[in-house]
Amino acid sequence: MDIESGSQNDGAGMIRLTLEGVAVRRGERRLFEDLNLSVRPGEAVALTGANGAGKSSLLRAIAGLLTPEAGRMRFDDNGQDLDLEVARTRHLHLIGHQDGFRSGRTARDELAFQVGWCGGGPGGIDEAVRALGLEGLMDLEVRRLSAGQRRRLALARLLAAPRSVWLLDEPLSPLDARWRAEVGQLMQAHLAGGGIILAAVHDPLPIPARTCEIGGTA
Amino acid sequence: MSAALLLLRREMALSWNGGGGPLLACGFLLSLAVIVPLGAGPRLDQLASLAPGLVWLALSLASLLTLERLFERDFEDGTLDLLALGPLPDEGVVVLKALAHWLTIGLPLAAMTLPVGISLGLTPAQLPLLALTAAVGALAFSVTGALGAALAIGARKGGLLIAVIVLPLFLPPVIFGAGALVAQADGRSPGPALALLCACALVAVVIGVLAGAAGLRGSRT
Repeated sequence: MDIESGSQNDGAGMIRLTLEGVAVRRGERRLFEDLNLSVRPGEAVALTGANGAGKSSLLRAIAGLLTPEAGRMRFDDNGQDLDLEVARTRHLHLIGHQDGFRSGRTARDELAFQVGWCGGGPGGIDEAVRALGLEGLMDLEVRRLSAGQRRRLALARLLAAPRSVWLLDEPLSPLDARWRAEVGQLMQAHLAGGGIILAAVHDPLPIPARTCEIGGTA
Repeated sequence: MSAALLLLRREMALSWNGGGGPLLACGFLLSLAVIVPLGAGPRLDQLASLAPGLVWLALSLASLLTLERLFERDFEDGTLDLLALGPLPDEGVVVLKALAHWLTIGLPLAAMTLPVGISLGLTPAQLPLLALTAAVGALAFSVTGALGAALAIGARKGGLLIAVIVLPLFLPPVIFGAGALVAQADGRSPGPALALLCACALVAVVIGVLAGAAGLRGSRT
């Protein structure tokens, strides 16, 4: 697998994400309907909306973890449609509220598994650990990390296993001011490399981003 | 390929040092082996005639005990989401998790049936056949169990649901596994029962993997 650093070595050039008329229902409630959104390479979109409006559900639907009630999603690479399955398993990262870390294992073991599973190499891990200031924490059990440190560990996967599409669910909320800025720069670098970012947020992102309001009523 | 090895290694490591691992299951098996002879009273000859069935009962219950957390932890902490975005299809994930369960829990349990068999009155001559059938049966239990655990993802009282789904499916291996031991004790060839046991295990692998993967997909909607 590709080990080099940089944002754009997941085999795809420039991926564009298009949503057409997407509707998502959770149980009895339709969260939103007829959502149209197109995200071009190098573009970031901030999904806003009240609690429960469906921001996280939209991200999960794009990642294929939830089946939308209606609508179409397309990932295309320079105009060529990618198979949804391929796009999701090779070109997409989702960092959600549940980070998949097992609390009793060391940060090193857990990150190595996640990165390896997503196709990243060991060289990328060292670099990502440095970029996110995790050097002194890697031998600790994940349960010993603070919420902010744990989030940085989750974000390290984005750098160590490069994929074009980043779906981030409130990525900055547990981070302090310094790390919000640092992660902002990492996002900026990802966009500069032609990646795309969809982030569910309540506070504005520290990078230029288009805003997309989800759902009318909460 | 490397992703598969990575997942297998992680699952095996988790099974060893996450709670409820092989030691607990083996401890449960051994305590059954102590309770049954005490409860059955002093008629050892009667006990010995029931021994094949009792060993298999103990093995299936001990396997069942370890199944509840097979997918549930991964569901709760978001690991299943990560797994869905990786290179292996759901079928591959189920195969690897069941395989890790067999290697870390099934095989130790199969080894532990030997002292259990002796305490219940099996003769030493029967032990090699017991070890073989228990190892094959444990494989069937692991994949069948993965099926049950995948279908029960997210259910409250998941452990009970798994038991209800899985115990009927445990029956064929129990019948033919114990049948092989009985046949040997009666001086008949255990071959046919052994062959049927292996056939059951193969069917369990196919059905368990396909249905388990469907269970994983179902947990996502």
